Amino acid sequence: MKNTLRIGAIAAVSAIALAACSSAPEEEAPATSAADVTSAPAETVDYKACMVSDAGGFDDKSFNQSGFEGLQQVAADLGIETATAESADGNAYGPNITALVDSSCDLIITVGFLLSQATVDAALANPDVNFAIIDDLADNDYDGTTDAPNIKPITFDTDEAAFLAGYAAAATTQTGTVATFGGMQIPSVTIFMDGFLAGVNYYNDQNGTTVNVLGWDGENGSFTGDFDDQTKGQSVTQGFIDNGADIIMPVAGPVGLGAAAAAQAAGNTWIIGVDSDWVQTAPEYADIVLTSVMKKIGASVYDVVDEAAVGAGFDVTPYVGTLANDGVGLADFYDAPVSDEVKAAIEEIKAGIIDGSIEP
Amino acid sequence: MSGATPATEATEPQGKQEERGASSVLREILESSSLVVFAAILASLVLGGILIVVSSDDVATAAGYFFARPGDTFVAIGHSLGSAYAAMFNGAIYNTAADSFANGIKPLTQTLTMATPLIFAGLGLGLGFRAGLFNIGAQGQIVIGATLGAYVGFAWHLPVGLHLLVAVVGTMIGGALWGLIPGVLKATTGAHEVIVTIMLNYISVNLLAFLLSKDAFQQPGSDNPLAPPVDGSARYPSLLGSSYSLHWGFVLALLAAVGVWWLMERSTLGFTFRAVGSNPRAAKTAGMSVPLTYILVLTIAGALAGLAGSSQVLGTQPSLTTNVAASFGFDAITVALLGRSRPLGIVIAAILFGGLNASGPSLQVQAQLPIDVVLVVQSLIVLFIAAPPLVRFLFRLPEPRRVKEVTA
Repeated sequence: MKNTLRIGAIAAVSAIALAACSSAPEEEAPATSAADVTSAPAETVDYKACMVSDAGGFDDKSFNQSGFEGLQQVAADLGIETATAESADGNAYGPNITALVDSSCDLIITVGFLLSQATVDAALANPDVNFAIIDDLADNDYDGTTDAPNIKPITFDTDEAAFLAGYAAAATTQTGTVATFGGMQIPSVTIFMDGFLAGVNYYNDQNGTTVNVLGWDGENGSFTGDFDDQTKGQSVTQGFIDNGADIIMPVAGPVGLGAAAAAQAAGNTWIIGVDSDWVQTAPEYADIVLTSVMKKIGASVYDVVDEAAVGAGFDVTPYVGTLANDGVGLADFYDAPVSDEVKAAIEEIKAGIIDGSIEP
Repeated sequence: MSGATPATEATEPQGKQEERGASSVLREILESSSLVVFAAILASLVLGGILIVVSSDDVATAAGYFFARPGDTFVAIGHSLGSAYAAMFNGAIYNTAADSFANGIKPLTQTLTMATPLIFAGLGLGLGFRAGLFNIGAQGQIVIGATLGAYVGFAWHLPVGLHLLVAVVGTMIGGALWGLIPGVLKATTGAHEVIVTIMLNYISVNLLAFLLSKDAFQQPGSDNPLAPPVDGSARYPSLLGSSYSLHWGFVLALLAAVGVWWLMERSTLGFTFRAVGSNPRAAKTAGMSVPLTYILVLTIAGALAGLAGSSQVLGTQPSLTTNVAASFGFDAITVALLGRSRPLGIVIAAILFGGLNASGPSLQVQAQLPIDVVLVVQSLIVLFIAAPPLVRFLFRLPEPRRVKEVTA
């Protein structure tokens, strides 16, 4: 036993030693400092874009992560500096924003309605710094205007895309029952469910059918209570399947993967992905994804930073992602059993929503 | 206070009293010497340092050609450690980059602000530990206290002064109520406080989530689960002016520490608590009511945890959210153990934790380190504190004297 350990140790040490044998870089001065690492080698634009997460962190497989990826992407493309701060809890919102202000960020993007007040406070205290906030209007006194003159709200009319998904689901269901559930009952979640419900109802009106929606009636519905626990998504979905639903839209970030697992196990059940195209991001479930309701947070962050850094400059006009500007959209159906007539009808409805003749 | 009070120290062979289960573990932790606590902090900071070095990209790059130019690796290691500890100092004590002393000292005030809820909750938990009750319920007690206090703060509109007082009392009542439940259950049915308090934590968070989905707890015109901000008249006044986050809640926390010290060391009630904690059977024989003690201890502990909620909703986070308690309820367990359940120790431990938390933003922004490093350092402290023999082995400390504090 001891010998085995010794041999193992020698092997491990030699592996490490060998790994350390590569040649030193030619003319590099002593190791680059930590601060230099962030400034990309191809630095062309002198701009610093920063981001603060909410308590979910940048690895939440949801809107923090989408925003973060958008920031990384635009930083790599433009060669601008970035700095990011994750919030461990609500107490860190203010200090994190302050730390970024102190590190001379030009633009600070905060993620989520929980940071709304902290963002407004920081924006009022630092009029020279530009702010943007995702999924919130930064309007805490509800007078219809943003509370500080240097905040750009980034929001999404997700119900437009979800309406199309609801129509597609109603047209495709075999059982006459579809379902949706959310992570928490907050506006950025229920807007998906509202659109989905409206889309199903629209299909019923147009075709005289009675497709039934489980999990959301416009006021109350099924919520798992968090955006973490996949088992809850699995059991809620199993409940829907037991009640006859064959198409389910989980609006709960990673919890939706639990729903996909339950649907895959049940067979003959389809999932509608949210936020991104799940055929791409969750390929293991590609064969049961009917379509996805895409909310392009990453793209919106990219656009806002791009415009502020190299474009026309920062402006506080709210960014609203719609079907018209492709900020939200329905993903491809790939091989899902959606007939060409339905696809054509969806294109028509999409045009109707864009020109305002159909109200999602 | 944190040391042993000589008058209450007595010798007793350790082997005689064979306590089993959680209470003996708890006792061993409480009786570990200050040296062990200090060594545990040191060990976790060193391990944290190793983690910082290992996770540094520069070090990884330089180590790749270690044999070609070993100096680079050491420079990179020194640099990553240096920038991390500098960022910790800048974030928790004094910002050396600030233009004036008034701005430079802000991190220290931030540290004290972040320590405030931990002092309150730690005092409550420490009280329970010394009475032999492993109360895991501070999280729920903070939530319920904050809920009640915030409701008083935003729904009632009382005169300045009175409003704050009523709101603070509200947080205490909320927390005390949430401590009373496990106390009564333990006293009357023997239900174990660990299980009951953990379950009550879940109930409190979900109860708050339910309340925040109702219009009465939401801002008018919004469906977000975010309560209206507490009225200015119900907030703690700031201690050093409006440019600092430090508020009078910190002073109240220090007063509470003095109060708990007096309760435990000078009052008859505190003597009863300690006697029940040392040996419930002996206390019962001596004519003390053990069930009543359990109820009282958990209720007072709950009220103190509720005050931790007040430093949130009446201090730094005037809008109630489901995240109001952050992880204070659990951090406070560490704080209480680190402070060995003595008020002074708890205050010091809470300030240490406040500093670690306050350094989070600058560690991330200045030193480009993930927030997880701070959490790992904190967790390592717990791990080492919970295993005194491990620390004694690492630092070659002698075995503890066979002298035992009866009044643990």
